[in-house]
Amino acid sequence: MRLLEFQAKELFREYGINLLPSKASKTIEEGKIHAKELGYPFVIKIQVPVGGRGKAGGIQKCQNDDELELKYPQVLGLTIKGEKARAILLEKMADIKKELYLSIFLNRSKRCYTIIASPEGGVEIESVKNQIIKEVGLGNVSDEIAREVAKEMKLDGKLADDFADILQKLAKLTVEKEAELAEINPLAIMQDGSLMALDGKFVTDDNSNFRHDELQKYQEKTEIEERAEKSGFSLVELDGDIAVVGNGAGLVMSTLDMLSDNGGKPACFLDVGGGATTESVYEALTLISKMNRVKGILVNLLISLPVFSRLKGTESEKAREMLKNSRTKIYDSIEDAINAAVMGIKK
Amino acid sequence: MTDIFRLLRGNPEDSDYKKKGVIVQGITGAYGSLHAKNMMSYGTNIVAGVTPGKGGQKFEGKVPIYNTVKEAVDATDAKISIVFVPAKFFLDAAKDALEAGIKLLVAIPEHIPVRDTMEALELATQNGAVIIGPNTPGIMIPELIKIGIMPPTPFKAGRIAVLSKSGTLLYEICDALTSAGFGQSITIGVGGDPINGTRMIDAFEMVKDIPDLEGLVIIGEIGGDSEEVLAQRIIDIGFKKPTVAYIAGRAAPKEKRMGHAGAIVMGTYGSAESKVSMFNRANIPVAKRPSQVPVLLAGKMQKSD
Repeated sequence: MRLLEFQAKELFREYGINLLPSKASKTIEEGKIHAKELGYPFVIKIQVPVGGRGKAGGIQKCQNDDELELKYPQVLGLTIKGEKARAILLEKMADIKKELYLSIFLNRSKRCYTIIASPEGGVEIESVKNQIIKEVGLGNVSDEIAREVAKEMKLDGKLADDFADILQKLAKLTVEKEAELAEINPLAIMQDGSLMALDGKFVTDDNSNFRHDELQKYQEKTEIEERAEKSGFSLVELDGDIAVVGNGAGLVMSTLDMLSDNGGKPACFLDVGGGATTESVYEALTLISKMNRVKGILVNLLISLPVFSRLKGTESEKAREMLKNSRTKIYDSIEDAINAAVMGIKK
Repeated sequence: MTDIFRLLRGNPEDSDYKKKGVIVQGITGAYGSLHAKNMMSYGTNIVAGVTPGKGGQKFEGKVPIYNTVKEAVDATDAKISIVFVPAKFFLDAAKDALEAGIKLLVAIPEHIPVRDTMEALELATQNGAVIIGPNTPGIMIPELIKIGIMPPTPFKAGRIAVLSKSGTLLYEICDALTSAGFGQSITIGVGGDPINGTRMIDAFEMVKDIPDLEGLVIIGEIGGDSEEVLAQRIIDIGFKKPTVAYIAGRAAPKEKRMGHAGAIVMGTYGSAESKVSMFNRANIPVAKRPSQVPVLLAGKMQKSD
């Protein structure tokens, strides 16, 4: 799962990484209380699980109550890359001397954790220049490696020590929480010479959730997603109107592609998993029926079995006509379908 | 480099030539027993099962079950094991196998934590062993040996090597290949996880020198850069056998995991466009849909005639 900035910062704080004072809220009333506690000026930052917040107007300066009153609801009402605001973070402003970049990520092609650091941070990773790259196996960063990276960053004295310290703390956090990515961008050198994490990105390995009860409070799921997970499905909701269901992630992705190629708009990606059973397909169709935007369902199951189906309801005659020459056998009542299935299998 | 055919088929002078023994870890579970039976009926020589606490019993009345892989290896001398245990027990099962001398470990389970995969991988490297997967359909030489969960019908013996991240797309595309008359010399499921025991490029190294190889099919999907790395390798060594690719996930949104833990686009990293353009640079056509794969392959073969 991808944590929001303020959640990532909660973890940073827990691991002793320097941060500016900040508070997260969901309503302007809460925001006003935080404003009093922090004092002006500060920035308000939309909390969404995607990048590009600044460009979309999701980060605004506030100098006084009037500006807060005006900008808080504006920022809270933004939708960025389809993501609505989960919260608003108020964060003190401070004088920055220089912005650095620091991250530790799971390097898929090298199959190890890798540090990326750069003296030129504050921009998206793709455009970060002068990258220093160090492979660190399972993620543990020794004093020696930390100092080496600081040196390559051309930092010295106390700044080098502080940088090495933050790098090791970030590594410890990455290993202990089983993150796929822990990023501080920018990691700022302040006018007073201290180092501060001004933004944080943290992505954990969902497959290790069972070892991390402490992270589950960050999990956000719609009711439908929760049901899907319980049934062992993978579900990604999309904004089109044709639901796509199948067994196997690759097959469903491929179906999504073909549907889009032909001008269709997928409403969801739903993979019922490798061993599709009657129950799982039934549950999948039930879930889809709860999605309001769905106008049609495209099912692509790779099974070498006959399908017995009961189809009744508005426009079922049309559906029946369409399935006339298929291997799917259609029945009016569920009893007939069950009988046919039982008899069919016995043969 | 791993001689995968030596492991799966052996040499004519071997006493177990074309009947290499395979151990099934988790043979008494619902999934493990189902697929153990399926592999046996395909002709795979299942020599032992392992389920802690069930040693001494027999599977299907004939395959002996042991408590540990060590005992199973001592009794059978098998070098291959396939794992069906739940994800959270995978690392222990993998250690058990690798420490007992297993040289090819096929890891079927999905949802294994990445850290556990990396630890298992480290141990495999130390022991000179190979892991296929996790989250893989397995590996097979059609009509000879199946170590995995693939349905048998899509596959036929032949001279095309197929590498795939996805299970179902492997079946779908092999079905299309078989129908078009292209049998397969070997199929390798690299798996849908972010970290693969055998990466696309490793799988390519295993198949590229097959003497009678007539073509290569690469079935990729969004996420990571293993397709790009492979395409670069193909350019670098000047691999000339007719090659065709398919990439799933062109229509997937960014930063969403599409079913497979590894199928996620971060920024431009892992995007379908990046993979397709790299294959284009390697002069490898990319099919728009699975059914196009044999058509493009036939086209490539004509050109190379």
